[in-house]
Amino acid sequence: MITISSKKRRSEFAEKLKEIGGESMSLCYQCGQCSATCPMSFAMDIPPRQIIHLVQLGLEQEIATSKTMWVCASCFECSARCPRGVDIAKIMEVLRLMTLRKSIDHVKLSDIPQDRLAELPQIALVSCLRKLTA
Amino acid sequence: MRISYYPGCTLKTKSKNLEDSALASMAALGVELVELQRWNCCGTVYSLADDDLVHHLAPLRNLIRAKEEGNSKVVTLCAFCYNTLQRANLLVRNDPEKRKTINSFMDEEEDYEGEVEVVHLLQVLRDDVGWEKLYEQIKLPLKGLKLAPYYGCTLLRPEEAAIDHVEQPTILLELLQTLGAEVVDFPAAAKCCGSYQIVSNPEFVVDCASNILSSALRCGAEVLVTSCPLCDFNLSQMQGELAHRDSEFREMPILYFTQLLALSLGLGPEACRFDLNYIDPRPLLKSKGLLNEKHVTAAKG
Repeated sequence: MITISSKKRRSEFAEKLKEIGGESMSLCYQCGQCSATCPMSFAMDIPPRQIIHLVQLGLEQEIATSKTMWVCASCFECSARCPRGVDIAKIMEVLRLMTLRKSIDHVKLSDIPQDRLAELPQIALVSCLRKLTA
Repeated sequence: MRISYYPGCTLKTKSKNLEDSALASMAALGVELVELQRWNCCGTVYSLADDDLVHHLAPLRNLIRAKEEGNSKVVTLCAFCYNTLQRANLLVRNDPEKRKTINSFMDEEEDYEGEVEVVHLLQVLRDDVGWEKLYEQIKLPLKGLKLAPYYGCTLLRPEEAAIDHVEQPTILLELLQTLGAEVVDFPAAAKCCGSYQIVSNPEFVVDCASNILSSALRCGAEVLVTSCPLCDFNLSQMQGELAHRDSEFREMPILYFTQLLALSLGLGPEACRFDLNYIDPRPLLKSKGLLNEKHVTAAKG
């Protein structure tokens, strides 16, 4: 069970999140357009709509253990279609940065086989490293 | 006409077919794309966090180089580069406070205020060359070839960077119709291919590719047309896995719009560079009678 309190909503986590790009989260009225339009939601443990709700409630732990922001492909379909103007793609990035800025990489190049590295185009490697490593 | 050209990293290596076909086609249309004398990787993706300004320096430095060389406009072929350069440019143009901070980061460069205009080659074809002028130059109409125009993400989103209507784009459709092809509109034309998830989660990208390709196939497409090297790689490479999953899966070549442009302008194999595509489109093009003698001779040699 999750206990919601005003203390949580004013947490350091929520304040930091708002400060670096999450201010639009308060506009969300939970319609679920983002989850419906997301091409990666089939692979997410928590769909985008619920992530935004967790963000609104400042539930840091629940978000931190989710895979969702690491599966996001930054395609901007959610942000483009949101009827309330919530920049969901930007909030996903901010959530990634909350981890990456502790110098925790989500992807390690050393885990990828050499022949695979040689095969992948630069555009794939650079964008992956920019989005998923510190 | 001369336009300053920013290639980006992938066009010099894995996507030579995009660059070669674009430069040759534009030369045939009387447009010289002049590569910037000095450029660096744009970073491929635009940084979204409000306090992450340092990552905007890479794309902006390219625009500063363009300005230093006296250009008012810079064209890109890669959809990712287009998006990153365009958004960084709009940021410095529209946000005076961030512009000031960004400029103070750069010691050697003159202050930049977003003076250079960033465009994608599709916009040059539509707005500077024009469909009617282009139509007059077509030597080999792509008659009978069923093409699915695939936009992906970065040409259309977010709206401030879109080269066309976000939900109802027609620019690629108009180009392919001008080339004489039969254009197949399909519902997944702006769906994401899975992008950089190909590195860490390729199994998810298989599903993205499956949705896009099966949507195009069901609508009758024979070729998917793109402007993005990452879409090209993901949608081509995943087809092996899809064929493995489903014995009835039919391979579909992915082509850059510039390769079809080169073909219809009557240019040879050195311009079209079909030899570099992950899935060889030549058997299909030959069956449609669209490979001219130059292509057939080169293939024999």
